[in-house]
Amino acid sequence: MADDFPKTPLIDELEKGPWPSFVTEIKMAAKDNAAPKDLLGLLEQSYDEKICHWKHGGIVGVLGYGGGVIGRYNDLPEKYPNISHFHTMRINQPSGWYYSTEALRKVCNIWEKHGSGLTNMHGSTGDIILLGCTTDELEPTFQDLAKEGFDIGGSGSDVRTPSCCLGKSRCEWACYDTMAACYDFTQEFQDEIHRPAFPYKFKFKFSGCPNDCVASIARSDMSIIGTWRDDIRMDKDAITDYASNGMDIQKDVVDLCPGKCIDWDGKELSIDNSSCLHCMHCINAMPKALRPGTDTGACILLGSKAPIIEGAFLSSVLIPFIKMEPPYQEIKDLVEEMWDLWCEEGKNRERIGEFIQRMGMGNFLEEIGVEPVAEMVAHPRENPYVFYEEYYEEDDEEEDGD
Amino acid sequence: MVDLKNRITDIGPPHYEQFLPPVIKANYGKWKYHETLKPGVLKHVSETGDAVITVRAGGSRLMSIQKIRMICDLADKYCGGHLRFTSRHNIEFMFTEEEKIEPLIADLKALGHPVGGTGPGITSIVHTQGWIHCHSAATDASGIVKSVMDDVIGHFEKADLPAKCRIALACCLNMCGAVHCSDIAILGVHRRPPTINHDTLRKQCEIPNVVASCPTAAIKPAEVDGNPSVEIDEDRCMFCANCYTVCPSLPLNNALNDGVSIWVGGKVSNARHEPMFSKLAIPFIENNPPRWPEVVGAIRNIIDVWRGDANKYERIGEWIERIGWPKFFRMTGIEFEKVHIDDFKHAGLTYKRSTHLTY
Repeated sequence: MADDFPKTPLIDELEKGPWPSFVTEIKMAAKDNAAPKDLLGLLEQSYDEKICHWKHGGIVGVLGYGGGVIGRYNDLPEKYPNISHFHTMRINQPSGWYYSTEALRKVCNIWEKHGSGLTNMHGSTGDIILLGCTTDELEPTFQDLAKEGFDIGGSGSDVRTPSCCLGKSRCEWACYDTMAACYDFTQEFQDEIHRPAFPYKFKFKFSGCPNDCVASIARSDMSIIGTWRDDIRMDKDAITDYASNGMDIQKDVVDLCPGKCIDWDGKELSIDNSSCLHCMHCINAMPKALRPGTDTGACILLGSKAPIIEGAFLSSVLIPFIKMEPPYQEIKDLVEEMWDLWCEEGKNRERIGEFIQRMGMGNFLEEIGVEPVAEMVAHPRENPYVFYEEYYEEDDEEEDGD
Repeated sequence: MVDLKNRITDIGPPHYEQFLPPVIKANYGKWKYHETLKPGVLKHVSETGDAVITVRAGGSRLMSIQKIRMICDLADKYCGGHLRFTSRHNIEFMFTEEEKIEPLIADLKALGHPVGGTGPGITSIVHTQGWIHCHSAATDASGIVKSVMDDVIGHFEKADLPAKCRIALACCLNMCGAVHCSDIAILGVHRRPPTINHDTLRKQCEIPNVVASCPTAAIKPAEVDGNPSVEIDEDRCMFCANCYTVCPSLPLNNALNDGVSIWVGGKVSNARHEPMFSKLAIPFIENNPPRWPEVVGAIRNIIDVWRGDANKYERIGEWIERIGWPKFFRMTGIEFEKVHIDDFKHAGLTYKRSTHLTY
């Protein structure tokens, strides 16, 4: 069967070289499936013409859900009939992307039965991506997966599949249980994940420490980043070991501290924890000697996104520190409060970060009932154009204090 | 027929606990420290005295079920049937016996998967779908990623750079790959305003939505041949493709004008410097499939110059902040052009507002 592969001299070049080849992957799948075989032909044509051959998605999905399936059709269906529909299914990954081989093999078997046999492990948001499904097979694929305990993720103007770092499962720096929080929020907001009802997408990402391995500060509308507020834990013997093993503690640790709060006299390391910015550098550099404190929780930031439409944003601080304990009710209440406001006042395709900038962070805080604190800004305003909302008249009566 | 009565919905993902390797489950929340035994091999030690070895292998993000099964075979052989993936498409194998490290690495190598991606080096490139599966791609994703990784694989396997270098690729400005905070970002760009398909537009698109979608108000309602449609002030188009996202009759894809831009100096970690956006280094490189040698060469050049000049722990953005952008352009030989100067909202904040310059 391999003999009737289309001739693909251009993309065959991408089977050469030491890095794993996606072309080889497509060819592996094409041995017993007509869809990837057509994909090889279509991709070769794109490489020849320097243009893509996919059309805009239509509205396709599974019964009762509005998200999780991205419709995709090619613009040369007569030439490549086996990928005339080639929809993407996003399957909600388990927290931390842990699998048993048993579960993963089941997903493979289901995808062999219903789809192209091609996947992304994983997509940018974190889902398992099943790449290339016909319209008819969407619902059967979904139900077969559901029987094995898997559900579809988000797409469109809904809560996108939340994701998290591996947190306490294998990292000594995790300041809260990211995998538990991610699972909890995902279950709490099932309706919002499957049924788009927002102005635009909303992403949660859970990182266990300020190293932010899931890029939550750049890629999520709500970034929940672990941190601590007591002292960095220190193992003095381990510090001595680092020094005697040749580490230049002054140059590699002290001089690079952004808070300038570490001293090293050649024997002893001291940290002024009141000036610590919780950046993680010293801990990253000396993992055997230094650890985050034990009064741990998270800093919650809002509003990051890629450029479309108002430019790229990083998230900014909403709550400087909060303890992260199930059922996380305070955070969920705040989320609902923000969603109500955004759904009421937000424009079509306006992310919450853009919405906040349009209405003003001060006004936004007032609406959701959060007090402004200095931690929310890099610095106070530089311009004097304050929108004061009230003023006094000569004949105003002084109000009684109550 | 859909069996409505027995349908399962809204169950969410499977609970992660059932997938954890026993040593991970037993030491959950008890990890004390870790060390890097060699690039791609980590050892985490618990308060309980237990230790877990992790071997990290690079993968192509696009994988066949056949390959996943082979990877499962390795996880069965070495890890009691458990494995995980990282946020950057790497595959991680965890076990407790150090003597399994070398045989596993050998088996991975035989399967075509290099081991590395830890510490001060390059790890797998986060990327989008490109010509494999996307309607708005200005370039392919997987092909460039494969070509770049073939070239920089030494830094994946050896971790021999001043600091981490995170590369990401997005095939258009929508940035499904959110590349805007990467040490090196490869970004597909369109350079021709949308072509208006008047015949289909009135059937496919809601004109008020299309007009409202344009951030620069370049799109206006218009009557064309007696039918409602739109007109576009091409001088105002900044090629964001937001109109195309809401209206399929306004494609921007164009083989003559699409290509790749390179951005540098972003990071998401809070370590040392605060998170930073990537900034424009090279505005445009023509698409040159199948291996985009000009893109590969440009990235190699930036990495080599940075590697030769940066201090330990200095990521590309931190290095450039120390030496200044003029020196970055001088050292890399990249030409500074008009388009490097921002002209979108708040552009003035990016002008140099001091005499802190190098000569």
